[in-house]
Order: sequence, then structure tokens, then C-alpha cells
Amino acid sequence: MKREVSINAAMALALLAVPIIALQMGQTFTITLATRIAILALAATGLNLALGLGGLVSFGHAAFFGIGGYAAGILSAHALSGEPMIFGFEGSQAMLTIWLVAAVIAGLVGLGIGAVSLRTSGVYFIMITLAFAQMIFYFAISWPAYGGEDGLSIAVRNKFPGLNTMRPMEFFLVAYGLLMLTLGLFGLIRSSRFGAALQAVRQNDVRVASIGIKPFPIRLTAFVLSAMITALAGALYADLNRFVSPSMFSWHMSGELIVLIILGGTGRLFGPLAGAALYVILEFVLGGITERWQFFLGLILLAVVLFARGGVMGLLAGKARHG
Amino acid sequence: MAETAVLEINGLEKSFGALKATDGVSLTLRPGEIHALIGPNGAGKSTLIHQICGTLRQDKGSIHLSGRDVSALSVAERARLGLGRTFQISSLAGEFSALRNVMLAVQARQGSSFRFFKPVMKDASLVDAAMERLGRVGLADRAHVPAAELSHGEKRQLEIAIALALDVRAFLLDEPMAGMGPEGSKTLTRFLDGLRQEAPILLVEHDMDAVYALADRISVLVYGRIIATGTVDEIRNDPTVRTAYLGDHA
Repeated sequence: MKREVSINAAMALALLAVPIIALQMGQTFTITLATRIAILALAATGLNLALGLGGLVSFGHAAFFGIGGYAAGILSAHALSGEPMIFGFEGSQAMLTIWLVAAVIAGLVGLGIGAVSLRTSGVYFIMITLAFAQMIFYFAISWPAYGGEDGLSIAVRNKFPGLNTMRPMEFFLVAYGLLMLTLGLFGLIRSSRFGAALQAVRQNDVRVASIGIKPFPIRLTAFVLSAMITALAGALYADLNRFVSPSMFSWHMSGELIVLIILGGTGRLFGPLAGAALYVILEFVLGGITERWQFFLGLILLAVVLFARGGVMGLLAGKARHG
Repeated sequence: MAETAVLEINGLEKSFGALKATDGVSLTLRPGEIHALIGPNGAGKSTLIHQICGTLRQDKGSIHLSGRDVSALSVAERARLGLGRTFQISSLAGEFSALRNVMLAVQARQGSSFRFFKPVMKDASLVDAAMERLGRVGLADRAHVPAAELSHGEKRQLEIAIALALDVRAFLLDEPMAGMGPEGSKTLTRFLDGLRQEAPILLVEHDMDAVYALADRISVLVYGRIIATGTVDEIRNDPTVRTAYLGDHA
């Protein structure tokens, strides 16, 4: 347990140190890579709550990622054009407002999707979450108001009080700060009563019901919280690329989030960060060698699933122990 | 019979297609007693237990717990009303330590699983209550071992610690002796003997030595029907029971 804490601290420091060094050396691209890692790790941390702690293999988390992205894109587009949205709301370029909207909408959509999908389990759950996400994907493609298939550009990154988010380093700090806060929250939830119930439901839901804890509300709450966190990451991702497109809703995205968690270590606090770092670095390094880098990613994933079930965190910090 | 039954089952019926798995079963569990339910394999014991704890819904009949009709309630609701079931094989949460398993039961009893911030291991109301239950079943020194790594007998003890933590009104023990060595069976028999003071026990068991040693009353289930209910002696000497079930063992 002690070892895992120091490995986590080392990873948190490394993620902060790399962009600072890159800034000194004037390598903006490295800062962008680090930001991408932080944002993907945040999205995967959201999914880790449902999948890692609750055993809910959602193959539709791109829905929430995309909702976050479109919240950022649509709100800032209206703020810039001055064209009011519904209820006379004029949009916003404030990240904090955007995050709130993204989290609330994703939470509500998550409530709806969860309420239906969580009545099933196993492969049916996977398929139903996928189906919901695909529905939203096709809706985004066919909805012309916000770019349809072409997506929507964000002319200027949304604003965070006291920072100039157009500077890569300052935007990185926003993403990094939100990731660390969320990881702290994840850690608290995991060790709380709710976390205990959620993890027990994953291990044996019939038995948990037999002691008087209903699995369904526990799972639904986890699913909604998970959706909200992933939406925050989506909003940041849109700001990072200054572009939103329906591809944020695509099933590839849902798959990628699952891959990040498996690579990093399912249910581990820093698993999503380890997974996202490995993924982005592989993408960068292998992508420089061959266009078919995903083939090699596939091989690595296969190796992890066959030989290192605990992912990166399992290799570094050993098997997970619960109190 | 003047004493009100803790658990009362009336005219329960359940069919799977043409098979009548439960055929008009009625039985009661009185305060302070151990009521053993025996029967050959396939007699419908499991089906009956599933209906009592709510995982299966009966076709007909009713189940009352402490005078309250629970026939239409969910598994979790029945558990909260005080029905404590132990399981044959599965642990509550195998990855969790024995302590955390019992803590989860204490938490369920307190009815508060929607707290998100306070770490459970720093919650004295959970840890202390759980340690006390583990101590009572003799598992205190194994508190931090993952439940999946406990021995067979220890898992049974853990099951009972969990039931104790739920402050149950009626125990439903599903083959607690299964897979135990003779020494373990003896210890457990002694323990169950004292346990009836906490709450009456409906004991489903194949180990006839344990049943004869413990039961105040025995009901014999054959082909989904209770063919006899009575004291140990009455059942031992009942000719229908002898032919239907006990055979040479009696």
C-alpha cells in the first residue's frame, strides 16, 4: 500500500515536471502532450468509478465525453456570436460555467441511460450503453445547427479566472489541477461507505442485497457521477483542440477510455493516469515510426490482458489490497 | 402455539412448468428455537429458501416476518426487516478483508450507504461493531485476511458474524456444516446452540448428527411437500419419514 502511494506521488510529480521542463526548453508540443494525458486521464477516471469500482463496463462513455465537448463548443459559440440560446441565455466563455453545464447535462443524460441500462448486466449492459452512445453520435452528425458532421470550431479557448488559457502551460495547469482534484475525490469516494457498497456490489450483488443494500441505486449513483466527471474531461478536450466534432461521441472514444483503464490498472486510483500516459506516449513514439501504430497498441493490450492483468499499476505497485 | 411466530410461511406454492417445486408448504419459526428443514436432494429446499429470502417470487401463499407480510418485498427489504441468510459457498465480498465484510453489514444495518467522504476505516462506529462480531465468532485474529483467503470453516464463521452484525430477527442458515471437517462441525454445532438465544434459526442441513443435536423441531420436505413436522424423536420414529427419506440412517 505504501509503495502504491509513493508511485502515485511520483507520477503526479512527473506529469507536472515534464511540462515545466518543456517550457524552459521551449517545447510547446510536449506541453500539449502532457495536457492530453491529463485530460484523457480525467475522462478515464470518470469511467474508472463505474467500471473499476462498480464493475460496470460502459461502452458508451463517449456520450458523456462528447456532451462535455459540445457544452464547451456550443456555449462559447453563442457567447461569441451574441445569438441567444434557449431561455435568453447568451452562452458563456467561462470554463467554470461550462463545466457546471456539462456536468449537469451529462448527469441527467447519465441518469436516463443508467436507469435503463442498469436493469441489464454483462454483455447486454455493454451493448445498451453502446447503443445509447451511438444514438447521440448520429444525432450530432445530423443536427446542422452546430456544424453537423463537420463539427464546431472554438475560436478562442474558454476562460479560467486569473489565467490566460491560450498559453499552453496555463491551460495545462487547469487540466492538471482538475485531474488532481478529481483523483482526490475518487480516493475519498473509494474509501467511503458508498465506495465500500459499490465495490461489494461489483464482487457479489446478490449477497449485498441479502444484507439489505439495494444494488441498483448504488450502481445508478456511481454511473451518474462517472458520467459527470467524464463530461468535464470532454469540455477540456474541446478547449485543448479548440474543436468539437461528432467523433467525440464515437464508439472508438468509448473503447479508448476502456483501453486506458485496462492499460493502467482497473480500479486503481492512478490507473487512468498511468494508462493515459502510456497510451499518449505510445501514440507519439510508435506513431512517429509507423502509421499503423494501433496495431502495436493492440499487441501491447493483448499482452497486458494475458500476462499483466493489473496493468501498469499492477506491475509497479503489486496487487490491489483493500484494508 | 400461542407464542407468535417470528417467521410464518403459509400455503406456499411454486411451479416451474409442470414441476411443482413447492407444493403448499406451511411452517413456522418460533422465538428461541432451531427448526431444521431436511429433505433429500431435489426436494425443493433451495427453491423454498429462495422464496423466503425473496430471490424467487411464490405463485401462491404468504410469508410473514414478525407478523408483517413480506411476500411482495425485495431481497434487500426483507433483509432490512431482519431476515439474516447465510450462504453455502459465496462470500459477501471476497476481495475485502473479513473485517470489511462485517463492516459492510454494520453499514447496511445503520442504513447509510450514501456517504461519500468519510473513510470507513476511520469510522469507529463501523470498525468497533464489526470487531465485536468477529470476536464473538472467534475470527478476531483473522480480521485483516481477505475473505476469499479464509478457510472453509472460517468463511462460515464470517457468514455468521455478518448475520450477527445485521441484528437479525431470524436466521436462515443454508447448510452451514457443508464441507466442514468433524472438528469444525462440532465447534460450529456448539456455536449454533448458543446462537438461538440471539434469534431463532431455520436450519437447512444434511448433517443429521448436527440436526439431531440442535433441532427443537424438524420438518421433512419431500417433492416440494412437508410430509412431517415434529421433535427429533417424533421424526426419527415417523414411518413415512423413514421410508421417504431417512432409510437406513435412522
